[in-house]
Amino acid sequence: MELHQLNISELQVLLRSREVTPVEAIQAIEGRITTTDTRVRGYLSRDTEKALREASTADVSKPLGGVPIAIKDVINVRGESCSAASKILKGYTAPYDATVIQRLRAAGAIPFGRLNMDEFAMGSSTENSAFQKTANPWDLNRIPGGSSGGSAAVVAADEAFGSLGSDTGGSIRQPAALCGCVGMKPSYGRVSRFGLIAFASSLDQIGPFTKNVRDSALLLNALCGKDPMDSTSLPLPAEDFSRELGRDIKGLRIGMPKEYFIDGIDPQVNAAVRAAIKQYESLGAEIVEVSLPHTDYAVAVYYIVATAEASANLARFDGVRYGHRTDNPQTLLDHYGKTRAEGFGEEVKRRIILGTYVLSSGYYDAYYLRAQKVRTLIQQDFEKAFQKVDAIICPTSPEVAFKIGERTNDPLKMYLADIFTIAANLAGICGISIPCGFAEKDGSRLPVGLQLLGKPLEESRVLQLAHAYEQSTPWHRERPRL
Amino acid sequence: MSADFDVRYTSQLARLDLSEAEAAKFQEQLTHILGYVEKLKEVNVEGVNPTAHSSELCNVFRADAERDWFTTEQALANAPRQANGLFIVTKVLE
Repeated sequence: MELHQLNISELQVLLRSREVTPVEAIQAIEGRITTTDTRVRGYLSRDTEKALREASTADVSKPLGGVPIAIKDVINVRGESCSAASKILKGYTAPYDATVIQRLRAAGAIPFGRLNMDEFAMGSSTENSAFQKTANPWDLNRIPGGSSGGSAAVVAADEAFGSLGSDTGGSIRQPAALCGCVGMKPSYGRVSRFGLIAFASSLDQIGPFTKNVRDSALLLNALCGKDPMDSTSLPLPAEDFSRELGRDIKGLRIGMPKEYFIDGIDPQVNAAVRAAIKQYESLGAEIVEVSLPHTDYAVAVYYIVATAEASANLARFDGVRYGHRTDNPQTLLDHYGKTRAEGFGEEVKRRIILGTYVLSSGYYDAYYLRAQKVRTLIQQDFEKAFQKVDAIICPTSPEVAFKIGERTNDPLKMYLADIFTIAANLAGICGISIPCGFAEKDGSRLPVGLQLLGKPLEESRVLQLAHAYEQSTPWHRERPRL
Repeated sequence: MSADFDVRYTSQLARLDLSEAEAAKFQEQLTHILGYVEKLKEVNVEGVNPTAHSSELCNVFRADAERDWFTTEQALANAPRQANGLFIVTKVLE
């Protein structure tokens, strides 16, 4: 096995026994990127010299000592570009480290590389990047999912040991599912959002992409914690998210929401997820049917709440303090209107306008306020279900990766692909996607993702369940041929 | 209700100029999406409190203390136009 193929836990063993140095780890990743990323196109940029310098002084005794971690282009790393894959931030250099980057550094990790994404994290295919299209490593003609498509693709392609992404409506879990890696969205408030370019502040959460569940827990250990710079981060004591890994899951109750097993799911996805549920039964878990009666409204609530918040958050891109500015504006209104017209891509414009409309005078109550009330009902659905079960199981996505260009003209259809992931953000609960098999499409073998949703702050239970399944199945060891 | 949607007016509120082609496309697509979200009217929300946020934190404070942060130079480093340690803004008043 070559160095770049290792997962984080395996790499750490070699780093700590001094068989491998942190510099060699960076060199292995650099070598792999050089070989395969011209096809995968997951990286927007990277500063290899800087990473090698940091590696040369890395302390391998720290929890993530000497481990390079690739970063979605929406998280600020001091001195590096941070564009959110948007033209409006082309050339922007981050003047500070996001809190998650400070925390990674404190744990000894080395941020290395900027990852492609849908512009401002708006999309489900990474086709909305202003700069490049990322390919799914399992079939280079297909999308990697989104919005954190680069974060998922580079981990699946062994071009990173692990990466960070952000999840507003499924942007970690869906690409992890489509690329066949592990993606975790922590409960809202677990991870500081300071230094994450905001999309929808009440939904956004940063989380890890890894090659297995144990690595996911290791990264969460480093990322989570109260931050005085983010008033929504929760004041909780540090915990070891790996503490339940390997413990018997016998007697744990897993809920199957009847509203999530519906027509319209790809038959091969359905078969893989049902086989996974059988596997849980054979591991001793009890499967219970639960109901989430407001499921059918989640996409509508999401596209009102998320676009409303986005329209406010993206008002900061005004061509004054940073980012693109139009040439020779005649008036201030002309300056704003043209700067933003030139800087934003189509999907971002569409969502700003939708969000502006649902907040505008005369429509606020009918759209935004009503959506917030239905959001309460969606949250209550989960509270009721979690009185009966320890976790909820369902597909991450109703389908496998589709072909690049196949969906770009139908935004509503693209939005509906997020039906299984969106509700977790609205309710603030945690969720993980893990590989659970493959589907055959036009001669390609494409990963299927299994989603486990957990009670708020019960990441360790979700990780325990995910790990038990993972260790009893072969899927996480499969790699695409590149 | 979505029949009232006027992409031109809304784009002005958003300070976002649209081309003719964009305006026509968005008018149609967003009318379609607004039609889809009409389904929220089916839900009985009587007596339901709105959720702005999934966590129950409120009134989070930190000490109002001076600390190191950006220098003027750092704060201006990404500005498209600047002079004398200040951002240059397009003229507001004629």
